[in-house]
Amino acid sequence: MKVISIEALNRIKEKGLKKLFPDKLRIAVGFATCGIAAGGDKIFAEFEKIIEERGMQVYFTQVGCIGYCKEEPLVNVTLHGKPLVIFNQVNKEDVPKIIDGLLKDEILGEKAFCKIEKWDHVTGGEIFYGEGFSHITNYTEIPYFKHQKKIVLRNAGLINPEDIEEYVAVGGYFSLFKAVRELTPEEVINEVKQSGLRGRGGAGFPTGLKWELTKKEKSEVKYVICNADEGDPGAYMNRNEMESDPHMIIEGMTIGGYSIGATKGYIYVRAEYPLAIKRLKKAISDAKKYGFLGKNIFGTEFSFDISLVKGAGAFVCGEETALIASIEGRLGMPSPRPPFPSQEGLWGKPTNINNVETWSNIPVIIKKGSSWFSKIGAEKNSGTKVFSLVGKVKNIGLVEVSLGTPLRKIVYDIGGGGTKGKSIKAVQTGGPSGGCIPTRLFDTPVDYEHLKEIGSIMGSGGIVVMDEDTCMVNIAKYFTEFTQHESCGKCVPCREGLKEASQILSAITEGKGEEDNIKRLKEIGETIKVTSLCGLGQTAPNPVLTTIRYFENEYEDHIIRKECKAKVCKNLINFYIIPEKCVGCMACSEKCPVGAINGEVKLVHTIDQEKCIKCGTCEAVCPLEAIIRVSKQSKNISKTYSG
Amino acid sequence: MQTEEIREIISKYEDHSGRILGILEEIQDIEGYLKKDTLITISKELDVPLSQLYSLSTFYSFFNLRSLGRHVITVCMGTACHVKGASYILERLQELLDVQEGEVTEDGKFLLTTEDHSFSLNIARCFGCCSMAPVINIDGTIYGHISAKDLPEILKKYDWRE
Repeated sequence: MKVISIEALNRIKEKGLKKLFPDKLRIAVGFATCGIAAGGDKIFAEFEKIIEERGMQVYFTQVGCIGYCKEEPLVNVTLHGKPLVIFNQVNKEDVPKIIDGLLKDEILGEKAFCKIEKWDHVTGGEIFYGEGFSHITNYTEIPYFKHQKKIVLRNAGLINPEDIEEYVAVGGYFSLFKAVRELTPEEVINEVKQSGLRGRGGAGFPTGLKWELTKKEKSEVKYVICNADEGDPGAYMNRNEMESDPHMIIEGMTIGGYSIGATKGYIYVRAEYPLAIKRLKKAISDAKKYGFLGKNIFGTEFSFDISLVKGAGAFVCGEETALIASIEGRLGMPSPRPPFPSQEGLWGKPTNINNVETWSNIPVIIKKGSSWFSKIGAEKNSGTKVFSLVGKVKNIGLVEVSLGTPLRKIVYDIGGGGTKGKSIKAVQTGGPSGGCIPTRLFDTPVDYEHLKEIGSIMGSGGIVVMDEDTCMVNIAKYFTEFTQHESCGKCVPCREGLKEASQILSAITEGKGEEDNIKRLKEIGETIKVTSLCGLGQTAPNPVLTTIRYFENEYEDHIIRKECKAKVCKNLINFYIIPEKCVGCMACSEKCPVGAINGEVKLVHTIDQEKCIKCGTCEAVCPLEAIIRVSKQSKNISKTYSG
Repeated sequence: MQTEEIREIISKYEDHSGRILGILEEIQDIEGYLKKDTLITISKELDVPLSQLYSLSTFYSFFNLRSLGRHVITVCMGTACHVKGASYILERLQELLDVQEGEVTEDGKFLLTTEDHSFSLNIARCFGCCSMAPVINIDGTIYGHISAKDLPEILKKYDWRE
């Protein structure tokens, strides 16, 4: 059933809307990777079972993830004509209770997290869900949600990502129709240029300009590629975008293909994301069935197809030229530019590569227009960015905000601040290419330029929160080991320099640091930055350089005083049993792999520091939290823990 | 794997983009790892030097040149997991499974397999399940918010004995 006319597209929209607003109850379980891991699959099975048992008339389905990972598993319920209600932290026992309420047209307040009365699906405009349920908090009143601006995540967690009709219902593929039927390729590019959209993979190159460069090249064959090799540890925005709304990426790429004159697109997705792969495959095949991909799209001369290519686990393949090498079946090693991929890319043909999130913005720009889009965000930084807010922060999840939003707002107003009463020390943005930003700089607006100014980068959007229990030298060591391992080995400074930096950092954390280490680390870092071919090497020293810049005192603690105040570096701490808390249960002494714990039943235990290998097993198994870490340097242990 | 089966897999990849990695991935999915004989056959069938296939399978962390245990445990070493103590989880697992570092494969990948071949332990850069840090993956099932204390109970589900 190929869709050619706007009437036919509208008919699919009507069908989709009937699924989103059936004349009966709709129940949808949040079903992205994290939702499933949190127990969403069991909740889904339980609902299915009870619905079947009671013979209920329900439109039962799944949705993606709305991004509030901390509250998962989430379940959406829509009673006909009433607001959409989101239930949070649903467990198996809650399911019959929720259903009992629903059978009486009631929503149990206890597990009802919030309600959505209306929602701006952006491409589909504002959709009214219903009014009522005064006892349930409105979505716009939840601190986590109220400061967010959803453009990329416009449909995430509200539609079934495996149902193309639901995507069309919220305005999907109307932008593609507009582009290929009403606009010339030049007009599309112009619109993207005017919007000010910049690459969301991290570097921030203007998207419209990139398209124009590829369009200018004369070639019968051109390609577009979606970079879905989300490699930054601590970042999972793209995973959710693919799992929750895969069609927006396909629509964006197809519009891109039309404007630059490509007939073939590839999505390069990392193998670690099986659900994203499954949903993208289904989305591509459905889009072909409806004629949104394939020959003569919407009855025009334009034909375009998309295939999926799975990555095989190499961080460096996030770099454009390495990614292309990988698709061609070669080692993922970057090559010098020029020639740029826009000139000679995949198989030597002009190729335009954009990140998942960049493509996701395209249907919005075409639908709403560049002037609408460019008003969002900050100067030279239009639009929004999705961040994965993780680490030592209360509200963990995916956060979409206008560019230019201060870090403070993201970490405290949306994130709710630190956990367990601990104070936040820094955030790390941009993954292994980024830097650590101390709290005193939290008023910095999050945009490409400001983050760069303070030594970090926007990157793909990971924000990892660190508190007083995080050792910054250890963090620098962690990232340096990571990039050392992931360096492809082509450029000597990156390959050898990172190795040396990594060795020095290891020595420092082991209490073997020497006074000139800091100077040496800076030298190595600056050299790698200016002598590496690709972005991996050019940015790999950032974690070391920023931690030295903002937390030099911690380096000095380790090097001079041989002390790790965060009590992370094993060689610099001891494990200690608090006598007042120990009841002599013997859990620790039985589990100690080296027999370093002395003590008998119901008597206070002690640790033989000579024998202890600092494996932390005792700390993990103690049921009373009687085992703590103390600095080796502390003279008076009792004072250390009583504080 | 028989040459016929390999040919059948190869025939599915008409498009040269993503072809070699795709074929290797599909074969590893079936056989668990890339056997030398299989690589030799692929090399002949594709007319690609064996050395290229070897360098691909050592460069990309997804590929294994050695057989894995019955159950595969992957510890996520992403940043969110790291700040929440993933390295302790990894060390504790090494202890519980009685596999030690130093047994890392020639190609530098972290992969430890127990003597009785019941478990393999490896690491991943990030599963993208950062909200549940620290996380481990056993045979495709993700366990989140775990502590070193929970490990024996989890392992028992996979016939592990103390």
